[in-house]
Amino acid sequence: MGVVIAGVAEAPLVDGRLVGETVLSVQARCARAALDDAGIAFGEVDGLLTAGMWGVPGIGQMPGLALAEYLGLEPRFLDTTNTGGSSFEAHVGHAAMALEAGRCDVALITYGSTQRSLRSRSTGGNPPVLSAQYETVWGLLAPPGAYALAARRYMDTYGMTSAQLAEVAVAARAWAARNPAAMMREPITVDDVLASPMISDPLHQLDCCLVTDGGAAVVLCRDDRVPDLRSRPVRVAGWGERHTHIHIARMPDLTRSSAEHSGGDALAMAGLDVADVDVAQLYDSFTITVVLALEALGFCGRGEGGDFVGGGRIAPGGSLPLNTTGGGLSYCHPGMLGLLLLVEAVRQLRGECGDRQVAGAEVALVNGTGGVLSSNATCVLTNG
Amino acid sequence: MAEEAKPQPVEDDESAPFWAACREGRLLLQRCGACGKAVFYPRSICPHCHADALGPETGSGRGTIHSWTVSRRPAGPGWADEVPYVVALVDLEEGPRLLGVVEVDDPDEVRTGLAVEADFRGDDGPTALRWRLRQP
Repeated sequence: MGVVIAGVAEAPLVDGRLVGETVLSVQARCARAALDDAGIAFGEVDGLLTAGMWGVPGIGQMPGLALAEYLGLEPRFLDTTNTGGSSFEAHVGHAAMALEAGRCDVALITYGSTQRSLRSRSTGGNPPVLSAQYETVWGLLAPPGAYALAARRYMDTYGMTSAQLAEVAVAARAWAARNPAAMMREPITVDDVLASPMISDPLHQLDCCLVTDGGAAVVLCRDDRVPDLRSRPVRVAGWGERHTHIHIARMPDLTRSSAEHSGGDALAMAGLDVADVDVAQLYDSFTITVVLALEALGFCGRGEGGDFVGGGRIAPGGSLPLNTTGGGLSYCHPGMLGLLLLVEAVRQLRGECGDRQVAGAEVALVNGTGGVLSSNATCVLTNG
Repeated sequence: MAEEAKPQPVEDDESAPFWAACREGRLLLQRCGACGKAVFYPRSICPHCHADALGPETGSGRGTIHSWTVSRRPAGPGWADEVPYVVALVDLEEGPRLLGVVEVDDPDEVRTGLAVEADFRGDDGPTALRWRLRQP
């Protein structure tokens, strides 16, 4: 017995914004579209997974209950694990375990954010309580400052330059140029990245992800339903997760991502190696996030990330097609990108990606990174 | 418009001794009586060996810069008058790493590995403790 992703959907954006939506309404619309894609009736959903509810205090603290009620569902499996951008890759594993254990039959993962429309993107405005009082009082930009500290340490350790790091943003933009849904599609160069305003040394503005609205949904079921499904299902072949800290001062090693462990578990479960991966979707909150994930997952050796991302390797036509939507850097970044990484991986495996389609993609690796390099969750998805 | 204040730490029973020590000019750490490691931030059990044997220890206030960044934009309105300012991770001589602001005339002076020392102001909260470069 196995588990498949049966349906996916994303919300259309206009200049990075949802039009006439709330965080609840967009999740409902995406759920409806993903279930239609799967050919599964809404009322069959008995497992619900979500994270976020950006900008919604109060009921946002119990988003699973708020969302289930809005959707008119009474789930018997509910998971609101929130590990930041990696939440949804973790949700895939949790949903798969619940499905295999018979604790639910149709699992729905949703995400929605109106952070751009509401101008609510701020993780720095929260009162410094509990363990945060030793960290957030010191004026570090949240979150770019923490990623900047990792980037600086990595550069000092391995000699990577800002120009090498910029290649991640350049490649992302080249993919976005092939994605009609991407917000930023005008090609950029390494010099453009280096000339963009410095936000938190050594990260320039174009090293940082966009701030947009967004929404998505993914539907999973056991593979015994495959004959009834409307769209080509994608197999969930492996998953893993690893969580190390919430404050950047407590990160065990600024140059090592815990994707080493989440990815190792996911690939081992799938019985595959990184060399088998045809297309990768790696969370790109910042350019450095991608470099650290590539090394941790084993696409290149320790300290080789700066060289690895150059020479067009991760750009269209390169040997490792990476973030084929344009990612958080150029497509969209609605606070948490993780669910949209999964949507794109499924579409690549189905062969639905038009100008940006990776020919013959059979194995996709999706890695979510959350918090301040705090959390990683990895999924390996395959055809057949 | 009145200048906005920096967010103040919300002191609790566990953190109050640390902030009180800052006001007295001491960097308060903990040390584990079981595994011998120094611990920051204050906790009820040791995060290394999980023993219930942590006791207070006044740290040297000396360390080295593990990594650093220059905030070119303020982390909220309270920081606007300090831009650009250096935020660094400091590896204390005792072992723990903590975040803090390094006071320098020119951010370009800052490098990973430079020695720093705590600079207590006798204030509350976010200006109670700063770091300055230490001549070797």
